[in-house]
Amino acid sequence: MSTSHGGTRTIKVDYLARVEGEGALYLKVRGNVLEDVKLKIFEPPRFFESLLRGRDFREAPDITSRICGICPVAYQMSAIHAMEDACGVRVDGALRQLRRLLYCGEWISSHTLHIYMLHAPDFLGYASAVEMAKDHPAIVERGLALKKVGNDIMNLLGGREIHPINAKVGGFYRAPARSELSDLRETLLRARELAAETVKWTGTLEFPNFEQDYTFVALRHGDEYPMNEGRIVSNKGLDIAASEYDDHFEEQHVAYTNALHCVMKPEGTCYHVGPMARYALNYDQLPHPIQDAALAAGIGRVCNNPFQSIIVRAVEVLYAVDEALRVIDSYAPPEQSSITVVPKAATGYAATEAPRGLLYHRYAIDQGGLITDANIVPPTSQNQKMIEDDLRCFVPTCMHKPDDEIQYLAEQAIRNYDPCISCATHFLKLEVDRR
Amino acid sequence: MTEKPKLAVWKFASCDGCQLSLLDCEDELLAVAEQITIANFPEASRAVVDGPYELSLVEGSVTTAHDRERIQEVREQSKFLVTIGACATAGGIQALRNFTDVRELLAIVYASPEYISTLDTSTPISAHVKVDFELRGCPINKQQLLEVINAFLNQRKPNVSTNSVCVECKQRGTACIMVTQGIPCMGPVTQAGCGAICPAYQRGCFGCYGPMESPNTTALASQLRDLGVTQAELQRMFRSYNAAAPEFSQVGDCPEGEGR
Repeated sequence: MSTSHGGTRTIKVDYLARVEGEGALYLKVRGNVLEDVKLKIFEPPRFFESLLRGRDFREAPDITSRICGICPVAYQMSAIHAMEDACGVRVDGALRQLRRLLYCGEWISSHTLHIYMLHAPDFLGYASAVEMAKDHPAIVERGLALKKVGNDIMNLLGGREIHPINAKVGGFYRAPARSELSDLRETLLRARELAAETVKWTGTLEFPNFEQDYTFVALRHGDEYPMNEGRIVSNKGLDIAASEYDDHFEEQHVAYTNALHCVMKPEGTCYHVGPMARYALNYDQLPHPIQDAALAAGIGRVCNNPFQSIIVRAVEVLYAVDEALRVIDSYAPPEQSSITVVPKAATGYAATEAPRGLLYHRYAIDQGGLITDANIVPPTSQNQKMIEDDLRCFVPTCMHKPDDEIQYLAEQAIRNYDPCISCATHFLKLEVDRR
Repeated sequence: MTEKPKLAVWKFASCDGCQLSLLDCEDELLAVAEQITIANFPEASRAVVDGPYELSLVEGSVTTAHDRERIQEVREQSKFLVTIGACATAGGIQALRNFTDVRELLAIVYASPEYISTLDTSTPISAHVKVDFELRGCPINKQQLLEVINAFLNQRKPNVSTNSVCVECKQRGTACIMVTQGIPCMGPVTQAGCGAICPAYQRGCFGCYGPMESPNTTALASQLRDLGVTQAELQRMFRSYNAAAPEFSQVGDCPEGEGR
């Protein structure tokens, strides 16, 4: 919706579609100058960090997974690793590999949902994937089939795809038999073809010519593409452990939004987390055939065009399918499905790579294992200021276009980040104010 | 050919997981879309078709003054209103605020609590408007969701069992983990629908589908105490995803021997 008043135009999107949660956008344009950008989050707050106080440390993975139905595994993984950090426990071997497999399932499902059902309609000019399916049935059916494979992994290993029930502090309630995982093998081999086609197809889409000099922040692990472990690094020299996160980042409370803006200290600069950041900082950890597929789809070793994030997501889906196959082929069941974790009074820290980017958890627990303090920083809180910065730089390049086209492109620029508003409100409505 | 019935999906305070269940129907989604017009579903489409709607699916609980008004508007535009999930049906995990002072919670999360507008309680949709059917679960089961959509569009009663999770364990062939292994389990008082997943994974049911039709929570509380569950643990078990469901909210408040 746009209104004009005395030379100032306002473009508003009161309820952003095809994002997870409730948000709005407000753009204020005077003449041809963009004066103000606000990404508003009106998703009602649910106070998770407060509700966690007094709960048992073993409850945190399930309770925090309810922050987001799209990436529950990410919340479970960050909570579990933070609690194990507090208790001085390290989970390795087959259990570590199974956690990686569960995360592969969520990356495949969540990324494919975004690529085909939330983002692709922007590129092909449809309101939704269901409408897109009328003209492009083969594309949408491929997306649904690929997404289903991610859910198949979560169903088998986690019991169900949304809020899976099998992961716990110390490991799993039940570790699968080798034969159960082998059943996924044929499905994953087919999925590898679908994922490779997806990378090629995303490379054929048309992208606005827009790049930013991003500060990318992601985990980096010396031996693998990062999921559950690694140091928090940036392309501008940051290299810290998760336990140092609070020294380098802070959340700011802004009046117009129910989400906290997370910025980098000391200047309060915005930064970029998610697939593009992971890819830029970990390209060397991708197997050569996947590197080649990314380059063939038209992105370099670093991708600075946020509209091309759809290609990077597709590359990560291909990686996750490949990695899932690797885990399954090398799997030998653990002797025990979990190791015993004895609580002690301590603070634990963890950052893992949710599909949308770095997810930081910090918990203090007492000697009985009850939570005394919790802090959770989801990816969309970290990206929210970056999204506004993208809009501030991108919208002026399309100011000659009519308001409805500006609105369409601005919405697409927001969806580049696959923002999860449910997460960020611990996020959005578009207003363009033209006067 | 008559016009296709219009479906709307509405979100209140929630995690988006229950409406995601519809998009997770990978094998059925396009077939469903042939039978109905997905008229208002912001998570999936930027196109909005005006009401009235044949069927509204409502996810989430009421936690703000604005949402308290909005649910009235949703009801007015809907022939049938079905709540989906524990938030919409019982207030959700965020109803834990009902047991405490919300101002204290605010100050813990937000540096400037004055920016935030919220109610003291998280309440189910039925506390505000007439609800035609409540689909349970945190999250809901997508096959049950398809059954409910089918039933309402064909003007029949949904075939959704109000039995306990125990019945599903028997159907699944899972030996009772409470009897055979002494694992505390809420299955006897929890409504079926999930497929009794947790016991099949060597884990006690944690009640995410809420109270079954006639839950004997006193008997279960006694059994759980015998298994070594402390009073504080008992209270936490019942105060989770369906904490504000009346049958669950008081369990564990009174010490042993004083009933509920």
